[in-house]
Amino acid sequence: MISASWFVFVIPATAALAAWRIRPVRLQLGVLIGTAVVHLLTTASLWRSRLPDTSGMIGIDALGLLVLSLVALLFLAASVYSVSYLLDGTHDDAAAPERFVPCMLAFLASMSLVTVSRNLALLWAGVEATTLASAPLIYFYRRPGSLEAAWKYLLICSVGIALALLGTFFLGVAATTGAAPAPGLGIDQMITAARSLDPRWLRAAFVLVLVGYGTKMGLAPLHTWLPDAHSQAPSPVSALLSGALLNCALLGLLRFYAICVAAGDAAFAQKLFLVLGFASLLVAAGLLIGQRDYKRLLAYSSVENMGVIAIGLGFAGTATYGALLHVVNHSIIKAALFLLAGNVLRAYGTTTAGDVRGANRRLPLSAALMMLGAFAIGGSPPFGPFTSEVSIFLSAMRGSAPWLAVLFALLLGVAFVAIAGTLFPMLQGGDPSATGGGGFPRERLLTLAPPAALAAVAVGLGIYVPADLDTLLRSASGVLGG
Amino acid sequence: MSGVADSLLAALIVAGLYMIATSRLGACVRASAVQGVILGALPIALEWSKGLGPLPAHAALLALGALVIKAILIPRLLLRSIREAGVRREVEPMTSLHVSIVGAALLVGLAFWLASRMALPFPPPSPLLVPAALSNVLLGFLLVVARRQAITQVVGYLVLENGVFVFGLGLASQQPIAVELSVLLDLLVGVFVMGIAINHISETFDHMDTTELTSLRE
Repeated sequence: MISASWFVFVIPATAALAAWRIRPVRLQLGVLIGTAVVHLLTTASLWRSRLPDTSGMIGIDALGLLVLSLVALLFLAASVYSVSYLLDGTHDDAAAPERFVPCMLAFLASMSLVTVSRNLALLWAGVEATTLASAPLIYFYRRPGSLEAAWKYLLICSVGIALALLGTFFLGVAATTGAAPAPGLGIDQMITAARSLDPRWLRAAFVLVLVGYGTKMGLAPLHTWLPDAHSQAPSPVSALLSGALLNCALLGLLRFYAICVAAGDAAFAQKLFLVLGFASLLVAAGLLIGQRDYKRLLAYSSVENMGVIAIGLGFAGTATYGALLHVVNHSIIKAALFLLAGNVLRAYGTTTAGDVRGANRRLPLSAALMMLGAFAIGGSPPFGPFTSEVSIFLSAMRGSAPWLAVLFALLLGVAFVAIAGTLFPMLQGGDPSATGGGGFPRERLLTLAPPAALAAVAVGLGIYVPADLDTLLRSASGVLGG
Repeated sequence: MSGVADSLLAALIVAGLYMIATSRLGACVRASAVQGVILGALPIALEWSKGLGPLPAHAALLALGALVIKAILIPRLLLRSIREAGVRREVEPMTSLHVSIVGAALLVGLAFWLASRMALPFPPPSPLLVPAALSNVLLGFLLVVARRQAITQVVGYLVLENGVFVFGLGLASQQPIAVELSVLLDLLVGVFVMGIAINHISETFDHMDTTELTSLRE
């Protein structure tokens, strides 16, 4: 049966093919915005459907819907932002601006496919497709640096994800006991049959998948591609990479985690989550200190936040809910920050934080929003990330290792100080006329409205979590044993 | 008929070793095409090792897909890349070839040891299936990390994928064919995109030596 879950990837895929044939960039942008709106509406309609829909290879459940909704929301924001980005003619070194829209739409289609896959091998194919669709976007500016970033991204993620496929097949082995007919690689069949899985092969499968999807998710020490790709990509693409793509990789991992939970072997997975989570937090905190490039700063902050999510999953129990809430908060605020960083980049023509001074005078609204975003991502109240980080912290304090909770809070504090130490001097003080650039003195509605809207959502989520979202988060963390 | 499958799997390991040992770039790509032919024949051989009979559509489609994509399309893409990029025709190992050959032999040994430790919960269609799969995964990894040129790294990725593919064949019958074909399609598009990237690398840097892609770092 064809349900609305099919449309979320068929529509953008069709639009990508159509946009490939269209030449005028303005018309392409029309297709981009139109598809983004239709995609968001289709996703919204899924909120009204009965969950989970697990009738076939394509279907939606709470976890998938959570990630899909973030993808849809951020994609619309990034699309609107892209209009001015592409039309303002700042792309002398972008040899082929007409490639942008088809690749964006293909990227949307592949991310959506990941969220609605009910088969683990199909999910893998979707994750690999996201790499292929986004690599040309990272190389949008034809510079040696962006080429290097795109190549590293392609190779490291492809090799990493190949290991995830091996892990997927390992799970297939774990399910083949010879006695009963094999359940295939369907997610729901696996969860049903979880108790009869061979535990050794299940563990081996989880390790491989953690390495594979963990690479794509940016967990240290497998994060090496991430700062390069995020800093070299155009800002709307960076926003999607950080806010939407990392979640898709996380979703791949969560599918396997749910099977481990159902098999009664969650503790093994949780230990690994804690190890990689703290490794990410440590590495990110270390590299955030004294980071001179503000886009790389935001990228390392993504590594940090992926670490926070992994740690939340590792602490389990009520921290699982906190981890999923943090997925939402991080995506929205980080996407807003990358879009705002794009405004700063266009006004000053540099990504070196030391060369940007007095943004509050040159870009008053962007600077104000960015200040707000810096507080939010650093985990200060009353913003969303504060709520989710505190709930992870409290749950850990009640658990068996309160000292880990203290370490967690300490590292978050270091990261906040490092982010603030780099961003605040950019935003206030100093004489803007002393710094270079200056091609775009005035702020534009189209580059300001998307991050402003996202920031408003982030503030709202800090004050209260809507009932519908709360239900969705509860049902999603229920699958993960939380 | 299981003798045929065993021979094919053994040949797959030998082809992987040859790729490490050869000093010619073209030979390396052609050896990957040979692996593609083997992978095309393997689903049929594994099917018939259970007993001769009409070939199920599943195995036939999988064999055809592997043959077309891994033995024909991808090697052609890579050979064209070598021609157009006008690169040096020698592989450029990070260490001497002798060292990597010794390393490769050790990795194959490791694969056999791992396979003996990880007993399958069901009788495998061929005793060589898991060792051959793991050998190629490890050899592919070695090619990715121990070669300078972008194109050899792509070949390494292919060898790694071939290993995973062989492992998947062990459980082929339980999967929808659409899923396996989409995995193959991903691989094709992946190599296509990597091929384009290689052309840009050779245009931008006048070579495709990835050790010089190091401007981005802390």
